[in-house]
Amino acid sequence: MKRTLYIGAVAAGMMTAGVAVAGTLEDVQAKGHVQCGVSTGLVGFAAADADGNWHGFDVAVCRAVAAAVIGDSQAVKFTPTTGKTRFTALSSGEIDMLARNTTWTYSRDVDLKLTFVGINYYDGQGFMVPAGLGVGSATDLDGATVCIQTGTTTELNLADFFRSNNISYEPVPIETNAEAQQQYLAGACDVYTTDRSGLAATRASFENPADHVILPEIISKEPLGPLVRHGDDHWADAVRWVLNALISAEELGITSGNLAEMAAGTNNPEINRLMGTEGDLGGMLGLDKEWAQRAIAAGGNYGEIFEAHIGESTAIGLARGLNAQWSDGGLIYSPPFR
Amino acid sequence: MAGTSFVRKELMGQTPPPMTSAGIIGWLRQNLFGSWMNSVLTILSVGFIAIILWEVLPWIVRSSWTASSLRECREAIDLAWGDHVDGACWAVIRERYLQLIYGFYPSEQYWRANLAFILLLVSLAPILFPALPRQMLWFSAAFPFLCFWLLWGGTLWLPIVAALGFAVGYLAFIAANRAAGQLAGAIAALLAPVVWWIWLAAPVSRGLDSVIGIGIEPVESAKFGGFMLSVTIGITGIALSLPIGILLALGRQSGLVILKSLCVGFIEFIRGVPLITLLFVASTLLNIFMPPGTNFDIILRVVIMVTLFSSAYMAEVIRGGLAALPKGQFEAADSLGLDYWKRQRLVIMPQALKISIPAIVGNFIGLFKDTTLVSIIGLLDPIGLTNNIRADVNWNGIVWELYGFIALLFFIFCFSMSRYSMYLERKLNTDHR
Repeated sequence: MKRTLYIGAVAAGMMTAGVAVAGTLEDVQAKGHVQCGVSTGLVGFAAADADGNWHGFDVAVCRAVAAAVIGDSQAVKFTPTTGKTRFTALSSGEIDMLARNTTWTYSRDVDLKLTFVGINYYDGQGFMVPAGLGVGSATDLDGATVCIQTGTTTELNLADFFRSNNISYEPVPIETNAEAQQQYLAGACDVYTTDRSGLAATRASFENPADHVILPEIISKEPLGPLVRHGDDHWADAVRWVLNALISAEELGITSGNLAEMAAGTNNPEINRLMGTEGDLGGMLGLDKEWAQRAIAAGGNYGEIFEAHIGESTAIGLARGLNAQWSDGGLIYSPPFR
Repeated sequence: MAGTSFVRKELMGQTPPPMTSAGIIGWLRQNLFGSWMNSVLTILSVGFIAIILWEVLPWIVRSSWTASSLRECREAIDLAWGDHVDGACWAVIRERYLQLIYGFYPSEQYWRANLAFILLLVSLAPILFPALPRQMLWFSAAFPFLCFWLLWGGTLWLPIVAALGFAVGYLAFIAANRAAGQLAGAIAALLAPVVWWIWLAAPVSRGLDSVIGIGIEPVESAKFGGFMLSVTIGITGIALSLPIGILLALGRQSGLVILKSLCVGFIEFIRGVPLITLLFVASTLLNIFMPPGTNFDIILRVVIMVTLFSSAYMAEVIRGGLAALPKGQFEAADSLGLDYWKRQRLVIMPQALKISIPAIVGNFIGLFKDTTLVSIIGLLDPIGLTNNIRADVNWNGIVWELYGFIALLFFIFCFSMSRYSMYLERKLNTDHR
């Protein structure tokens, strides 16, 4: 009986498949929430607290989009996705956007038909070793045993790096970050390699973080950013410019603290355009004039979000590094609001 | 005084058995130190257990219950027990046990989950213990609908209308049976409820709700998690897979060629595919078949897949029970003039199921534990939640405490199931001693 019901449901679904679909932006506004795909749990980027509220660097992007588009930063429903389910969840329309520390690569963009709307974190693969080993550089790691997550790009990057430096290593395959921590602490491997943000979070959880060092080499480019489906440019624009608004806000000195003051009108025309007191940028996007104000009010500007979730004041303690504003020597750069 | 002889007039009183074969010492000698080989093994085992306890007990006891992060835990343990003492950080369980049990279910609605669980026990009681009054079975039949309503909330009319589907099927059966015979009746009984559920149930319940609105606050599937999710998926799968499995087993033995090949095909296909593959189909592939925006509930999808998977195995277990019955039982039932269903109900199934109890319960326990696989498709069952809890900066790095707690919960469930099956076997006395 259940099987028939299920086949029936599939058939019923197919019959309605021909109906034209409105744009995602209109859909989101109509249903009153953004369905946002996040990680099932990644330190600093996405985690639920004891009351079930989600927090994190990626989560903050979802909240900003909800604030801009719907007017309520709490109007987000989170769908935890794994590395295996994330892209299908997005392509099939189960989620409206994905903010899940996903690396922007050629094949994901072109072949999987996804649209990366920007980069909110520049990550890169690094190495962590016990300070007692006295290793100062990754090129000294000849013959080391390395804990490495299987089936990830980190595995391939590692092989490339050691081959191009003409040194050898012995991989210790592991499945999850938690397993890696256990293995590394137990001494099953000399080196643990994964994204540097992950290494920092792992190191912060150790009893004696100072006994472990993260080596200076970065052996891969991992630009992480939110993404949406191909083919709905209007929705992609909305998410892209919410992210850009957060970045520009930091550059222009707009914080959640001085937002009201800035919104009252300033001498800087770009601030005025962003705040909606001059021109009608929101209207071009199909939103009202205060959309960017609400996005910034949700969790602060890009810098504030960074500091609150992964920055140096948190236990993870990541420095801005590449993720500083372009004017401070980083790569974070928003096109102008004009 | 030559012929004097001594004859014992009364029996000597019984002396207790020698020290070495009675009491504790006797038991020890008999069970643990029977031979030098046994003695060596005993000493080794005791030593092994002692070493494990020596390592684990201090860790369990020298713990912190009150800290609010792993760091504080370590400081508290260092303060209380001295530097570099490795102790458990049970504070994470104290902070998150409700989440591990109820997932993200709204806390002011916990009573609904609790009530559903108590009612589950009530509805199981008449099935598990035949001494109870048979009228209670009506409650057991109504329980799935009541449980659905309690857990997911929303309008009361939806489960009522869904339950009416069975009445619709029954009426269709009567009508078609009278008009066009038994086969038409069976087909109508199968199709009519499906039509009712897919196209009519939702509008009818909406209509009734707009006239007389009775309902409680709806809770969406995304809020389900933790142990509650495992129990929901596990119990539903268990409850549905037994009847479906019986039907499949009977179908496989049937003389009707099409029915038989359908059943064989289904069983062999499902058994040839790992559960995790079916779960991936449920979580990713089905979405692609559906038009965007269709909301085919993820828990429903998973429950369907788990049920299909488990019923295929159940069918084979029951087929084993059927094969173990002597042919004479079938023939005796035939000779009494019983029709097919009566034969199955009165003669064959009671015996076949009795034989299969250990395997059926083994299957149930396996299914219940398999529900943890849903963490791989992003559902936050207890295993999925451990990852999420570790993603909290405060608790990053905690492993053993969380898994220990989850293991304890699962052990309680699986052990009760196993004890019940032993009780049932003793009662039914399946081994022909």
